[in-house]
Amino acid sequence: MKPAPFVYHRPASLPDALALLERYGAEGRVLAGGQSLVPALNMRLATPGALIDINRIPGLDEIRLGAEGLVLGALARLDAVERSPLVAAHAPLIAQALPHVAHLAVRTRSTVGGGIAHADPAAELPACLVALGGTVRALSRRGSREIGAAEFFRGVCTTALGPGEVLTAVVVPRLAPGWRSRFDELARRHGDYALVALAAHARVADGTLAEARLVLAGVGATPVRAARAEAALAGRRMDAAALDAAARALAEELDPPSDVHASAALRRHLAGVLLRRAVRGLLEA
Amino acid sequence: MSTPPPVHERESYIGQSVVRPQTARLLAGRGVYTDDVRLPRMTHVAFLRSPHAHARIRALDVTAARALPGVVAVVTGEEIARVCDGWVGTLAHFAGMKSAKQFPLALGRATWQGEPVAAVVAETRALAEDGVASVRVEWEPLPAVTDAETALDPATPVIHPELGDNLAFALDVVAGDVARAFAEADLVVRETFLTGRHTGVTLEPRTILADFDPAERRLTVYHSFQAPHMMQDILARHLRLPEHDVRVICKDVGGSFGIKVHIYPDEMATCALAVLLGRPVKFVADRLESFQSDIHARDHRVTAELAVRRDGTFVGMRLDDLTGIGPYSVYPRTSAVEGNQIARLAPGVYKLRDYAAAVRVVLQNKTPMCQYRAVGHPIAFAVMEGMVDLAARELGLDPVEVRRRNLITADMYPCTAPTGYFFERLSHEEALDKILEMSEYARLCEERDRLRARRVYRGLGLCMFIELTTPGPAFYGIGGARISSQDGCTLKLEPTGKVVCLTGVTEQGQGTDTIIAQVVATALGVRLEDVRVLTGDTMVTPYGGGTWASRGAGIGGEAALLSGKALRQGILRVAAAILACEPEDLDLRASRIVDALTGEVRLDLPELGRIAYFRPDTLPKDFQAELAVTRHYVPRHQGFAFTNGVQLSHVEVDVETGFVRLLKHWVVEDCGRIINPRLVDEQLRGAIVQGIGAALWEHCVYDAEGQLLTGTMMDYLVPLAAETPEIVVGHVETPTAYSEGGFKGAGEAGTAGAPGAVLNAVNDALAPLAARVTTQPITPEVVLRALGKLP
Amino acid sequence: MDTTVAIELAVNGTPVGRRVEPRLCLADFLRYDLELTGTHVGCEHGVCGACTVRVDGALVRACLMLAVQADGCRVETIEGVSGTGEVSDLQQAFAEANALQCGFCTPGMLLTAHEILQREPGADPARIRLALSGNYCRCTGYQAIVDAVHRVGGARGRETR
Ligand SMILES: Cc1cc2nc3c(=O)[nH]c(=O)nc-3n(C[C@H](O)[C@H](O)[C@H](O)COP(=O)(O)OP(=O)(O)OC[C@H]3O[C@@H](n4cnc5c(N)ncnc54)[C@H](O)[C@@H]3O)c2cc1C
Ligand code: FES
Ligand code: FES
Repeated sequence: MKPAPFVYHRPASLPDALALLERYGAEGRVLAGGQSLVPALNMRLATPGALIDINRIPGLDEIRLGAEGLVLGALARLDAVERSPLVAAHAPLIAQALPHVAHLAVRTRSTVGGGIAHADPAAELPACLVALGGTVRALSRRGSREIGAAEFFRGVCTTALGPGEVLTAVVVPRLAPGWRSRFDELARRHGDYALVALAAHARVADGTLAEARLVLAGVGATPVRAARAEAALAGRRMDAAALDAAARALAEELDPPSDVHASAALRRHLAGVLLRRAVRGLLEA
Repeated sequence: MSTPPPVHERESYIGQSVVRPQTARLLAGRGVYTDDVRLPRMTHVAFLRSPHAHARIRALDVTAARALPGVVAVVTGEEIARVCDGWVGTLAHFAGMKSAKQFPLALGRATWQGEPVAAVVAETRALAEDGVASVRVEWEPLPAVTDAETALDPATPVIHPELGDNLAFALDVVAGDVARAFAEADLVVRETFLTGRHTGVTLEPRTILADFDPAERRLTVYHSFQAPHMMQDILARHLRLPEHDVRVICKDVGGSFGIKVHIYPDEMATCALAVLLGRPVKFVADRLESFQSDIHARDHRVTAELAVRRDGTFVGMRLDDLTGIGPYSVYPRTSAVEGNQIARLAPGVYKLRDYAAAVRVVLQNKTPMCQYRAVGHPIAFAVMEGMVDLAARELGLDPVEVRRRNLITADMYPCTAPTGYFFERLSHEEALDKILEMSEYARLCEERDRLRARRVYRGLGLCMFIELTTPGPAFYGIGGARISSQDGCTLKLEPTGKVVCLTGVTEQGQGTDTIIAQVVATALGVRLEDVRVLTGDTMVTPYGGGTWASRGAGIGGEAALLSGKALRQGILRVAAAILACEPEDLDLRASRIVDALTGEVRLDLPELGRIAYFRPDTLPKDFQAELAVTRHYVPRHQGFAFTNGVQLSHVEVDVETGFVRLLKHWVVEDCGRIINPRLVDEQLRGAIVQGIGAALWEHCVYDAEGQLLTGTMMDYLVPLAAETPEIVVGHVETPTAYSEGGFKGAGEAGTAGAPGAVLNAVNDALAPLAARVTTQPITPEVVLRALGKLP
Repeated sequence: MDTTVAIELAVNGTPVGRRVEPRLCLADFLRYDLELTGTHVGCEHGVCGACTVRVDGALVRACLMLAVQADGCRVETIEGVSGTGEVSDLQQAFAEANALQCGFCTPGMLLTAHEILQREPGADPARIRLALSGNYCRCTGYQAIVDAVHRVGGARGRETR
């Protein structure tokens, strides 16, 4: 289980990194935390000709509250994000989600940028970013752009990033008054990828969920926003019938995959359980 | 120098939780596992493995691979077969058993996904893998036999045409008159249990380093293995070398659990390559290879019927077992032992006289299955104890009471079970009483009932079991396998007065070397720190079987005891010669020669050693000191030393998600005289967690084409710290009277009983919802289906 | 063609310079190039934790970091922390509790346990279990490990108070 040979570059700046990406084209691959890429290299599932290691590019690891919201640099390590008071205060959903991601010695290396760019459909962070209505900042030789999280994830491990483009940061809008978050997931063992995870973000008013953003991981090729369930919840008194209706709406709108860890039916069922728990949790919090 | 105080008693280390001395090295990262050994001119091998479950090799083109820089050799099956003879995994005492001849690398046809097909030897493992990637194979996929249920159907292809069909072995065990018993029963309960294929996942993967010296034609093999002498014999025979020119050395072994006691084609190929190339060749299975090529185990479908009277008395039982073992029966232990043991062990706890079991062992295109920790036991007792709980439930009786009513009781020993096993003396009733008390079972039942009202579903599951330990020659020897059931122990008193112990049993973390040292120190009368134990080197240690079937304490321990007594006599003879008295007047206590009556210290061992080795001229002319002895032991009075115990699992089932949470686990076990209580406790805990893994998580899942879907550690789930419960251990001690030490084994009891306990606990939790599960692993899917929440 | 890259780093306090293939992972570099075989390899895909070491003070999987990435870094392995004595209390507690059998997981376990106690000295057994759950042990069933770590946590707490 040793990687195929590759060339290694460690650019000291973003322009250098972009130049290298352009030079290698499809053969080039960004190396961030390496916690997804290196296993794939070791198994020879990925055999890039060149690795462009962005870890030493200064300034990319920021965790900062700006006018636009909470900015998490591409190289911010999940361990640092998890422990950041800024994140706890302004993106509690992410703070709740991170303990579910892998284990300490993996989180010390894993990066925000890698977690988003890798776009694993069962990953926690992408679901959170979509639920929070965040944006992705990308940079290429053609310039920089911002991509809404909902448009960013295109398929299994496929994103809107184009060739030669690097993710530089994600931005999470400031927490608006009245909004609450609840992250929950079901994994067979602590730290495993979720069978199903639910990132719920909602405005609570008068004991109802006035507005809800429900995004699931593990139930599709990308983070899946449960629009029908959201609609079924919005502004309703949450009695048993209303909860049932929302769960039914959710079951109808989901088309989860079957794999060795769970059948589609199980995932659909578990999503409903998480939904009920999230609603109760949000209203009680 | 002041005179030392008299020593009145010989200290006994038996029963003391001494700390294992060799842990210091392991804790400092200074263990030497096989991959840590490096030799001059060493090469590395990687294998091209079949991507198909069953396929013909139309063409194999190795030219590109041979041309790569750093590649030393690319070798095919035909080339290896020229230096290494094939093997057949059958045993003569399994009547009618058949299997095909197997070679180190596939010849013409691959029969499971992962079967090694070609070998690339290179300067580094990475270069060898580059070579593998450039070997071109033209495959012709063949239909794969994957479902054991249909393996014998006429429409199913026969994997090895020369065998005629896919039936490797069939067994009928019949005792008493089952038909009559069933006719007389008030109730017959029937159930089918599925156990998922799983595997051992030793944290250190299989590793072997073979070094052939062409000048002397000697092969030295460093091997992460449990049975070095068995490997020596097999390497010698199949590589056509004189046995004494083959040396197998087992350094530190990173877990074994029965995985590292079989003959693996890739390991045989590695040794054959060393012979072919005249250079050291190392093979380290990477984790992907481990999942595809380490033996799997426990893929069984068992249907059981238990006939009972209204009062809960068992009157008869039927059991039907079907298992698919892969394309070959594994050499040399065979893949029939598991089914055989399920059939024979299942009724072993109870007074069941009328019993019939049928076992069918079929071939299929999946990774070969063979013996893994607690061979057959976890299935036998999950089935049996599942049936007991089922009968109790149907009859409306207390499961504890039903067990009591049927247990073999203290007054019945010694006795022979209807399936042929001999029980010298077991302690079922005592063990059951103890676990109920230790766990506050009655209180937990009350709590369970109270919580049910709040829709919290907790359950308690008991599993009684026996464990087959300390096997004699009837296990493998009579079947023609050259697997030694005896073991030797050599003890030498060094000139410095320290003791060197060489033992045929081996160490993979159990603490075998520690318990052997404890026995030796006790039998001799020396301090524990004066004994050094060496294991795992066929050139050095006395011939022995190594580690399997929980035999280290019962056989290795007894040999150590006998050897210790013999050396003690030798030492006392020397002391008597020095002191001009009779050996009977002296004793050896705490490493000192003392006056047997007064305890007065007469001589210390360094002084004795000095005189015996360097100044024998001062001793009587006709006196020769003998300060090295070897003694052997093989159990002859009984086929096995059976042990027994009971486990209790406490679980909570989340009936919304189907997730099972393990709250706590108890075990009471009787392994005979305990040498080191802490080591026994930790054997039990570790083994229980492996059993728990089987019950809830571990599963080698294949698709219909025979592709392994759980080939990484992300997909094959073993228990981790967060999900593992606290385990409380209690003991009953019933020494065997057939050996002086009274030791039996304890390595597998935990695994034997844990799955049954968890299964019963889950079913107890689900009982108010009229749901039952009978499939392991008990995944959320299984639970929710039982609850009717999933289709 | 020489495809190797020169790296310089400090391993257990000792400066080291080598040329390495880019594809060589840190674990193999430590084990084969430096013969620091206390760092073990159990999976090479980041799951088992046997290869856990510290790089610039952070706990990492040495199988998922390339040796070239450790250029300029401080790397500490079980051999290093054994030498400095910083985990000696854990080592002793492990020995006493028999919190290791085959010892293959042990170096990674010790480094992880030490980090857990650094971060959360008063961690209770449940927290310790969660935090240790990135480290496989196939032999012990974990309880002895959790007990040993918990006991050391308590003892360290008493010392600093
Ligand atoms: C044992 C284990 C368990 C895990 N469990 C979980 C889990 O439960 N949940 C979870 O979400 N993740 C899990 N992960 C994955 C982990 O956290 C990943 O590391 C993460 O998702 C990817 O981040 P990275 O920084 O390691 O990226 P890398 O592995 O370096 O890169 C991943 C991919 O993203 C690309 N990439 C990285 N950064 C950029 C960038 N800035 N711009 C453009 N492309 C980029 C790379 O080219 C590569 O294709 C687990 C990993 C391991 C080893
Ligand atoms: S070898 Fe690195 S985590 Fe397993
Ligand atoms: S002691 Fe063997 S894996 Fe932990």
